[in-house]
Amino acid sequence: MDKRTSVAEAVAELRDGMTIGIGGWGSRRKPMAVVREIVRTPLRDLTVVSYGGPDVGLLCAAGKVRRLVYGFVSLDSIPLEPHFRKARQAGAFEARELDEGMLQWGLYAAALRLPFLPTRAGLGSDVLRINPQLRTVRSPYDDGEELVAVPALPLDAAFVHLNRADAKGNAQFLGPDLYFDDLYLMAAQRRFVSCERIVDTSDLAKSGSFHTLRIQRHMVDGVIEAPGGAHFTECPPDYGRDEAFQRRYADAAKDDVAWADFRARFLDVDEPEYQSAVRALREAKR
Amino acid sequence: MSGFTRAEVCAVAVAEAFRGDGEILASSFGTVPAIGARLAKRTFEPDLLMTDGIAFLVANPAPVSGPATEEPVVEGWLPFRAVFDLLWSGRRHVVMVASQIDRFGNHNFACIGDHARPKAQLLGMRGAPGNTISHRTSYWVPNHSPQTFVPKVDCVSGVGTDRAAALGPQASRFHDLRRVISNLGVFDFATPDRSMRLVSVHPGVTVEEVVAATGFPLAVPASVPETRPPTAEELRLIREAIDPEGAREREVRA
Repeated sequence: MDKRTSVAEAVAELRDGMTIGIGGWGSRRKPMAVVREIVRTPLRDLTVVSYGGPDVGLLCAAGKVRRLVYGFVSLDSIPLEPHFRKARQAGAFEARELDEGMLQWGLYAAALRLPFLPTRAGLGSDVLRINPQLRTVRSPYDDGEELVAVPALPLDAAFVHLNRADAKGNAQFLGPDLYFDDLYLMAAQRRFVSCERIVDTSDLAKSGSFHTLRIQRHMVDGVIEAPGGAHFTECPPDYGRDEAFQRRYADAAKDDVAWADFRARFLDVDEPEYQSAVRALREAKR
Repeated sequence: MSGFTRAEVCAVAVAEAFRGDGEILASSFGTVPAIGARLAKRTFEPDLLMTDGIAFLVANPAPVSGPATEEPVVEGWLPFRAVFDLLWSGRRHVVMVASQIDRFGNHNFACIGDHARPKAQLLGMRGAPGNTISHRTSYWVPNHSPQTFVPKVDCVSGVGTDRAAALGPQASRFHDLRRVISNLGVFDFATPDRSMRLVSVHPGVTVEEVVAATGFPLAVPASVPETRPPTAEELRLIREAIDPEGAREREVRA
């Protein structure tokens, strides 16, 4: 089955109030072309689930987020995401902050169609106080241990960005870490992979070892070719993080004028215009 | 100045926190903890495992400042999923930075003020809840003051000894709060009520200074030793191999 589609078509499936999961980690291999498209739409009141980076920052700055389920929001080389910080301090959305490992557990439970998975993480900390919906569960075995029951985090839609994919939805990570991209897809109703390049199925095994073929077509509904689609986050080995651009983005959190300028130049434009604006900046530096 | 800096004493104090850990993952946040972990590995705890901060276990962790002098020797692949497995399995000792810490070692680097609408959003919970309930934990506070050593933290990201005790012996059996190292001294929780105790003051610091900079009653033994100074070999390693550009001196001003 040919599952090729476009960023616009994939995002057109989203509705106000949906729960969407975004793969990657911090400022690493984020489906940014998709995030930029969401920013351009009138979508609102989203629940966003993410090991957050600039995906979360951009969606917060654009006022798209009603609730955020997250383990952290960081730009890696800038430890705290400035747009996220600003939105948090303004009380702009409901913060469902979890321990990093608990977030994995919620996605994994949803992927396996379980109501919850147990863990010790969270016990004794304020994670349970700030998330009053969380419950504990007692082991039915002789130990009788009380554990946190991390509820499943089912997603209406999930977006991940990989290095390579075929038209059927098999996809490949060529960098050092898959992160939790497979779990986001398995936890979601509608599942989209954007990638740097669509290749023939027979070419996948030539690009990297079989260990890299962790996203399989049964996990995927739509495949989007989006070269540079993770920019300005890193997408090794295709490209590293654009640190200069990331600083420019971070600086845009300073005030409304800076944000309006950033938005006009880089967000109120379509993806080809964005990519050429980025290229122009890079060439101006040389 | 007596031949070593406060930052160097702090790095050695962090290294000492790893003494006896053996073959577990040493994780560190902040410059001085990164130096301390490398120092321990290169001297008295050679079996410690360390990562490159990306996805690999490396036998020869890179210096914390200056160019890498050797090719990394990769001894294992540790993507984030495997990190979570490892830390819940308990084979790890983490040193985290504390923005606030209280008398029982409850730790906050999540936010200042009410979590629903914080005055200041800090790093967030990150992995602190799971870390502290699962494995050995120590803390680093580069700026010891009544604003960092507080009567009550605004948000508990890392679990302290009182909250662990309240969970009961079963749920808290892997809770293992070791040391707190600040720019003024070294602390532990070896008191009957598991509250914070002054273990040693860094050379040049008095007990009175530490007490005055601490926003809660600190257990102070009758006789408080000085934190041990770096050996000549430790100083050479710190200055030549681990932190040749002196990043440590920007983190600790004393």
